[in-house]
Amino acid sequence: MEKRAHLPNVGKALRMEKRHLQVLLDALRGAGYTVIGPRVRDGAIVYEEVRSLADLPIGWTDEQEKGHYRLKGRGDEAFFAFTTGPNSWKQFLHPPILSLSRARRTENGLQWELPNDPPPRYAFLGVRACDLHAIFVLDRVFTGGQYVEGYYEARRKATFLIAVQCTVAGGTCFCASMGTGPKAPPGADLVFTELADIFVVEIGTDQGAALMAQVPCQPASEVDLASVEGRLEETARSMRRQLDITGLPDLLKRNLEHPRWDEVAQRCLTCGNCTMVCPTCFCFTVEDKTDLAGTEAERVRYWDSCFTTAFTYTAGRAIRQSAKARYRQWLTHKLATWWDQFGMSGCVGCGRCITWCPVGIDLTEEVWAIRQTDRAQREGS
Amino acid sequence: MTAEVTTVPGLSLFVPRTFQVTSTRRETRDTYTLRIRPLEGSSFSFQPGQFNMLYAFGIGEVPISISGVRPRTYDLEHTVRAVGCVTRALVRLRKGAPIGVRGPFGRGWPLEEIRGRDVLFLAGGIGLAALRAPLQYMLAQRANYGQIVLLYGARSPADLLYRTELERWRQRSGLHVFITVDRVDAYWRGHVGVVTDLLPLAERSLDLKRAIVLMCGPEVMMRVAARMLEVHGVTPERIYLSLERNMKCAVGFCGHCQLGPAFICRDGPVFAFPEVQPLLEVREL
Repeated sequence: MEKRAHLPNVGKALRMEKRHLQVLLDALRGAGYTVIGPRVRDGAIVYEEVRSLADLPIGWTDEQEKGHYRLKGRGDEAFFAFTTGPNSWKQFLHPPILSLSRARRTENGLQWELPNDPPPRYAFLGVRACDLHAIFVLDRVFTGGQYVEGYYEARRKATFLIAVQCTVAGGTCFCASMGTGPKAPPGADLVFTELADIFVVEIGTDQGAALMAQVPCQPASEVDLASVEGRLEETARSMRRQLDITGLPDLLKRNLEHPRWDEVAQRCLTCGNCTMVCPTCFCFTVEDKTDLAGTEAERVRYWDSCFTTAFTYTAGRAIRQSAKARYRQWLTHKLATWWDQFGMSGCVGCGRCITWCPVGIDLTEEVWAIRQTDRAQREGS
Repeated sequence: MTAEVTTVPGLSLFVPRTFQVTSTRRETRDTYTLRIRPLEGSSFSFQPGQFNMLYAFGIGEVPISISGVRPRTYDLEHTVRAVGCVTRALVRLRKGAPIGVRGPFGRGWPLEEIRGRDVLFLAGGIGLAALRAPLQYMLAQRANYGQIVLLYGARSPADLLYRTELERWRQRSGLHVFITVDRVDAYWRGHVGVVTDLLPLAERSLDLKRAIVLMCGPEVMMRVAARMLEVHGVTPERIYLSLERNMKCAVGFCGHCQLGPAFICRDGPVFAFPEVQPLLEVREL
């Protein structure tokens, strides 16, 4: 065995035979992690528990366009030749349904009970560059401000991240124009790139190094590293969509009454699909319920969407009644006011909202249309 | 400026403290003031202008301004108008009933910054509930402030809040009070019309070119009032207002209370008018 000749260090790159990914999966399980990775289910690539290489979508790719997603066989043995699907990692870090507390009415008041389970230890396998950025966005939202959301923080701290850099571009991807991919930003424990016969594995953290020490591999060669760069350049070059982010927050803020909002509202069904598949949309609501006797109550947190009218229900009426107002809120929040609130873009260029919109609304087109008839230009200022 | 960071383990950020209702006072047909006290007897401090999330067992939670404290007992007071299922449940609570409280949250009125100044309170409807705590605070340290005038507009005489209290403050605490209603009843002898019609009366007691304005009411009223105030010489940076939005968390996580870049829960509910003026001009923002 080629094992043990060299202990991997942070910043080093290794080459690993593809079949040895199984050794890493086993090592992660041995270290107490539940590995979550891509699997084929119901005609899509979703994120679920992965135990063996046979679970992975080997030989599959996805065809994505506005309102369109199909899986196709590639006729080869590629492990990660697809892009993002309808799931994102937020469903594990910020679960769609979460019981916050239970209360019982007692003689002298209310008795509260909190769920007290230790956070799950997830290893995410196959985090794309855009989605790694998305996790950093959620970190900023839930742990970067005055209040720190302890539940998210505990889950996030327990998570091991294995990035996989994209060697194909999806039909709705635009990360290259957003500066969020296809190269993974620093922050993952391990960064994989798939070449023809091997994975190149870059070590990002000491935990990553410790795990790779258990996997048979060799130092990556200059040729391997050059191949990685070449693949990433090719991915970026083949990306057809782009979003021009030049002055984008100000562009949207000065065009809040642009006629395009009325136009897109004619097409938008306000279904909220875009907010559900978005890896950074974090909004939630809290619902209360009681048992039939009325002695026990539960508070449950659910993902919510700014596309519902109930979202802004205040003192007897909804503030954003029109579809125009709701679409405008979503897009301007994501691309403009997110900067004011969190110092970063809320969009990472993954393209999910374009693929999973049932009527094929494409935010890159909407921004393009507004830019073409920018108020500043219309008014000649 | 470094903000204090509050790390709350697990989900305890979302769990209310249990308070007890000590009494309720019916203010109008649909509006009640709830007096509440922490069950464990521990203390509760707040800045006038901050709000609490009040939880009705099994029904839900809503953001309600702290309207002040009851003299002597120091029970917290919240004035609640019954408009939805949670507020209807809250006003039905009787003495001794448990109530969940999370808070206080948000940024209050700039009461220290405006010491020594003349202050004009401008209230529309239930908006007076958010102005009562700063009024009470200023009147309790009357010497620290100049002239204090309240202009208050309500829909009808039957909708007026805190009538006996306002009369007492007028007689004993040096508060100038002027009230107007939109619709009269057979007994009304006072003013009829919008609240800004009363501005000339305020000018008898204070100089609008120097006074501070604290305002709360329906947004449409505050938009119009800000324009009228400008006509009377009040510059925008001397106007402060309190805003209201749907809220589920009160700490900037749930996303519901956004107004453009602002989270009302965290950045407000009290704003200096120039901070939100352009946002209030956009319909359905």
